[in-house]
Amino acid sequence: MNAKEPIVKIEHVSFAYDGTLALEDVNLSVPRGDFLGVVGPNGSGKTTLLKIILGLIHPLSGTVRVFGKIPERARHLVGYVPQHAELDYSFPISVMDVVLLGRLSNRSLLGGYRKQDKRLAQEALTMVKTADLCNRRFGTLSGGQKQRVLIARALAGKPELLLLDEPTASVDGRVEEDIYGLLKKLNERVTIILVSHDLGFISTYVRHVACVNRRLSCSRTQDITGDVIDACYNGPVHMLKHKCEL
Amino acid sequence: MLEFFNVLASQAFLQNAVVVGLLASLACGVMGTYVVVRKIVFISGGIAHTVLGGMGIAYYYGWNPLHGAVVAALVAAVIIGLISLRYHQYEDTIIGALWAIGMATGILFIYKTPGYNVDLMTYLFGNILMVSQQSIHLLVGLDAVIILSVAVFYRPFLAVCFDEEYSRLQGLHVVSIYLFLLCLIALTVVILIQVVGIILVVALLTLPAATARHYARSLAQMMAMACLLGAGFTVCGLVASYTPDLPAGATIVLIAGAVYLIVTVFKGLLTRLGVKRPAS
Repeated sequence: MNAKEPIVKIEHVSFAYDGTLALEDVNLSVPRGDFLGVVGPNGSGKTTLLKIILGLIHPLSGTVRVFGKIPERARHLVGYVPQHAELDYSFPISVMDVVLLGRLSNRSLLGGYRKQDKRLAQEALTMVKTADLCNRRFGTLSGGQKQRVLIARALAGKPELLLLDEPTASVDGRVEEDIYGLLKKLNERVTIILVSHDLGFISTYVRHVACVNRRLSCSRTQDITGDVIDACYNGPVHMLKHKCEL
Repeated sequence: MLEFFNVLASQAFLQNAVVVGLLASLACGVMGTYVVVRKIVFISGGIAHTVLGGMGIAYYYGWNPLHGAVVAALVAAVIIGLISLRYHQYEDTIIGALWAIGMATGILFIYKTPGYNVDLMTYLFGNILMVSQQSIHLLVGLDAVIILSVAVFYRPFLAVCFDEEYSRLQGLHVVSIYLFLLCLIALTVVILIQVVGIILVVALLTLPAATARHYARSLAQMMAMACLLGAGFTVCGLVASYTPDLPAGATIVLIAGAVYLIVTVFKGLLTRLGVKRPAS
């Protein structure tokens, strides 16, 4: 594909759960190198949008192209960081083994990992500054550490597009800032789409903001005004609140 | 206790019992680990009880009940697996129904079998002292299949158990891997039925692994610990039950249950007192 073509192109996409429309006529185009924040109130269809880009669910209508292909065929170029709260913390698995899961698609199912897989996993852990944790049990880490490890897992697959679902949902403000700083650095190399219900913080890091509330409207971060936000959240939102707290 | 070891030295039936116990520990340690971490105890119970149907039918037609058990366990594993994947909301109801239908089928066929009626209790509660040499060969084969499969598919099994959605994104065929895992659990169930019978299978499948989980840092470590614990439980159970002539299966399960409860309470107390082990 052409370097100037958008990495993600969504046209007239609608999706419904059990007859209730979750997304309606959504259009979105994400250029290479973008850092897109997807915001919206709870239940607005943000996660649905991510799952459509991943090809985990299929839209009722409309087309989705990721790297010019249908989403399933582009998965090897996409790294995904799910909400870590959905994982089982009592599972006996080491940090290294979690990150190595990101290398599964790059080889056959049988036998062990190759040296190269371990090296890439180690590199990914170093990139998110958690190399010293590699032998720890995943469940014993703090919320912020878990999040970094899941980002490392996504990076281990050498993705060109990184999708994150509420990466700072269960961490405190300082850790949140750390993680956004890390993502900003990663954005020099990969395109990032980040879902968050928390608007104030991400506006200082992302290049574009897409407001989802069944429908989607995308703007450059600097163009965001109170009216755009209010329209999305169906009511006034104090977008400066977080900045003041800092 | 001494009597046990004297008899063990001379009598083949007791040697066989110990061999069966060790074969069972190997299978239950490895597969029980998956049952515990993936939280599919109820599914395993469903498979175990459906097996009685297969054993009953095989018995009625004069085939080896053990062969009937293998077939029924595999069929039950695939059906229950597909149900749990496709109709997750109704999973427990449907498994409950299959559980009962399997047992009822088995009881009807056994009841209607002409001639000398096999003791139904042997199927339900197992009789480790009565396992034939021929059955032991089959059990060795089943154990080999289980261990070899896990050695080869360790990583995909780990991936699917820990994070199913991510595995799907990594291009794994989650449905086939999950069904294969359930089939291996089904084979384990058949082995364990020889030791403790259908009713108590779930105990032996979960208790060693659940005890090991308190201390294990990886799945492989948990499997190794669960195998050792299982071996300890079965041998201790055999020894303890021999002289007072207690049912071996029930004795084994009681020992396993007691150890699990003690370890769990002990762990709980340590945590409550704030005495945490240094972070592993």
